Amino acid sequence: MIEDLADRLFAEIAISGAPGWPPGGAGASESWGRLAELGLPLALVPEEAGGPGLDLVEALELVRAAGRHALALPLAETMLANHILAEAGLPVAPGAATILCGGPQDQVSLRRAGSGWTLAGRAFRVPWASVAETLVVVAPGEAGPCVARLEAGAFTVEPGRNLAGEPRDAVLFDTELRAEQVRPAGRAGGPDVVRRRGAALRSLALAGALERVLALTVAYAGERSQFGKPIGRFQAVQQSLAEMAGHVAAGAAAAGGAAEAFAGADLLPIAAAKVRTGEAAGRAAAIAHQVHGAIGFTQEHILHRFTGRLWSWRDEFGDEAEWSLALGTQAVEAGPDGLWPLVTAA
Amino acid sequence: MTEVLNFPPPPAADVRSLRADVRAFLRDALSGRRPRDRARTWTGFDAEFSRELGRRGWIGMTWPKRYGGHERSALERYVVLEEMLAAGAPVAAHWISDRQSGPLLLKFGTEAQRTAILPRIAAGECFFCIGMSEPDVGSDLAAVRTRAVPVEGGFRINGTKLWTTYGHRSHYMILFCRTGSQEERQAGTSQFLIDLATPGISVRPVTDLSGESHFNEVVFTDVFVPSSALIGRLGGGWDQVMGELAFERSGPERFLSSFVLLPELLRSLGPEASERARIAAGRLVAHLVTLRRMSRSVAGLLERGENPALQAAVVKDLGAVFEQELPEIVRGLTSTEADLAAADDLASTLAHLVLNAPSFSLRGGTREILRGIIARGLGLR
Repeated sequence: MIEDLADRLFAEIAISGAPGWPPGGAGASESWGRLAELGLPLALVPEEAGGPGLDLVEALELVRAAGRHALALPLAETMLANHILAEAGLPVAPGAATILCGGPQDQVSLRRAGSGWTLAGRAFRVPWASVAETLVVVAPGEAGPCVARLEAGAFTVEPGRNLAGEPRDAVLFDTELRAEQVRPAGRAGGPDVVRRRGAALRSLALAGALERVLALTVAYAGERSQFGKPIGRFQAVQQSLAEMAGHVAAGAAAAGGAAEAFAGADLLPIAAAKVRTGEAAGRAAAIAHQVHGAIGFTQEHILHRFTGRLWSWRDEFGDEAEWSLALGTQAVEAGPDGLWPLVTAA
Repeated sequence: MTEVLNFPPPPAADVRSLRADVRAFLRDALSGRRPRDRARTWTGFDAEFSRELGRRGWIGMTWPKRYGGHERSALERYVVLEEMLAAGAPVAAHWISDRQSGPLLLKFGTEAQRTAILPRIAAGECFFCIGMSEPDVGSDLAAVRTRAVPVEGGFRINGTKLWTTYGHRSHYMILFCRTGSQEERQAGTSQFLIDLATPGISVRPVTDLSGESHFNEVVFTDVFVPSSALIGRLGGGWDQVMGELAFERSGPERFLSSFVLLPELLRSLGPEASERARIAAGRLVAHLVTLRRMSRSVAGLLERGENPALQAAVVKDLGAVFEQELPEIVRGLTSTEADLAAADDLASTLAHLVLNAPSFSLRGGTREILRGIIARGLGLR
């Protein structure tokens, strides 16, 4: 139900041209206001922490819907940031928020300093950091991971962009925090758990964008005529589109598994989903462009908004190789006799 | 178009104790069975094994008790199937009768056919083969030429069926043949329950490229069958056989045919597997986990009485790609020379699968036919 609502809203935002294309541009704050009015940034926050208390799997459909419309706003990131803040017992963010991706080059150090804390570090490719009012940092602490809540001004940003033009910024911070700005992570988990949940979100977004790319391509194959008939009537094109549909269906199903695994941050279904949606993204984007021909290769055609995201999102929060390695390591540890029990436990 | 993507979450149920029972049984029953023999799974014929499964209530699991079934859920049946396949159990003898012939009779058969046949199938004592393909009729099933002509008290059948798996060891065939004119195509077809001991039926083995002969040519020469052998409606064969194909295409055997090789790969790699090997193995696990979710989703749709023929085509198409690339990837990681006679389990299992992999995207509907079905589901044809 929330998915239908979101679909309508995201479509309106996309049609009005106000999502801020390029991302973060004019109209972005007005569009963000409409999402905030509906409480969407709090979708993953339980009722007692001020959220709507939605079923998590249902709430995560928002991310799939955002992918379906190439929503150029930090909705998924803010949802995850608020989820982490709420799990750690910190106040949710008043506006757009983001989290570190936990990539291998990120460095974070959190130390006690008197009654408060010192937080220092640098992180890369942080989604939407340049527009975020709140930055959530999950740091390994002496007694387990902690969550720190930083306001804009407490961190500096070197802007960057992904292939779809979305902000992916380097972030630097070296700041003193009051005691109440840092809490034990609790169920929010450490940086590795955040990375898993981020991967689950990207899997869902990829599944949404994949759906749309398939729909766009099937529609185009029905409209574009060559040799006196729509190109979708040619068997060669039909076979390509069928192959693409298989990838999109697999991505959609795998992302469903990731949504179910979000709460427990279970490695197997989330890693499988990121690998499968990532692989589907590459193959589906290639077929979509092949079928669209030259017009799909232009800035004026809408296709690149989606394929650009497919090519970017598959790399973010761990690419296929990273998550395949995690799965392969589990498989190797399970050994020949433990492999099937591992697969069926998912 | 959305139907192609309609894979709802698989039904949730606690199947742990059933799974544990099946695993414990298989551990004993298959101990000492070599991986290359396990790799046969649902092409491995063992009548005694099938009877044992029947005794344990693992055949005809979802059927009504009055027909010898056990009224279990589709998900419970799924657990038994996937455990059998993953362990490489020789389930070929009863596989077709449990998967499609029994369900077809349950849906379209007469009461007499059901009561005579279904309890014997469920007991693991009655084996079926498929009577669809012919020498000149493969993907274009509506062009079948085997013909049943009405005669006093029944029908006289002439024609030839081909690629009939275990036709030489089955008791019955569900024959799909022409009862109207050739020009009528789909509308002129019907299905019959054929007792393979009927005079006039001859079965000739066809040797496959690996040197084995489990499929056959079955020739009908003036074979008389009584009117009671008709299944469903005269002229209703096409719709019935399409329903049968939905059962044939949707199961876990459509992506697990090569699975046995994956544990053998892990055994060969050992605990010190390289990063490259882990990445490749992990990617296969990701595909496996996803296919399994999709396949269980289809099982749920079937249980709810929906017709997931389109989703079944999607799973079978993706499943065949997975089954075929698995041996190729294992080759690339281990530099093992495929050898049927090798004492090394990996080499002999690999050999069996390399030789059989071409059939994975042919049997039960070719890749091109499946993708045509998917394209139709997308509204392109």
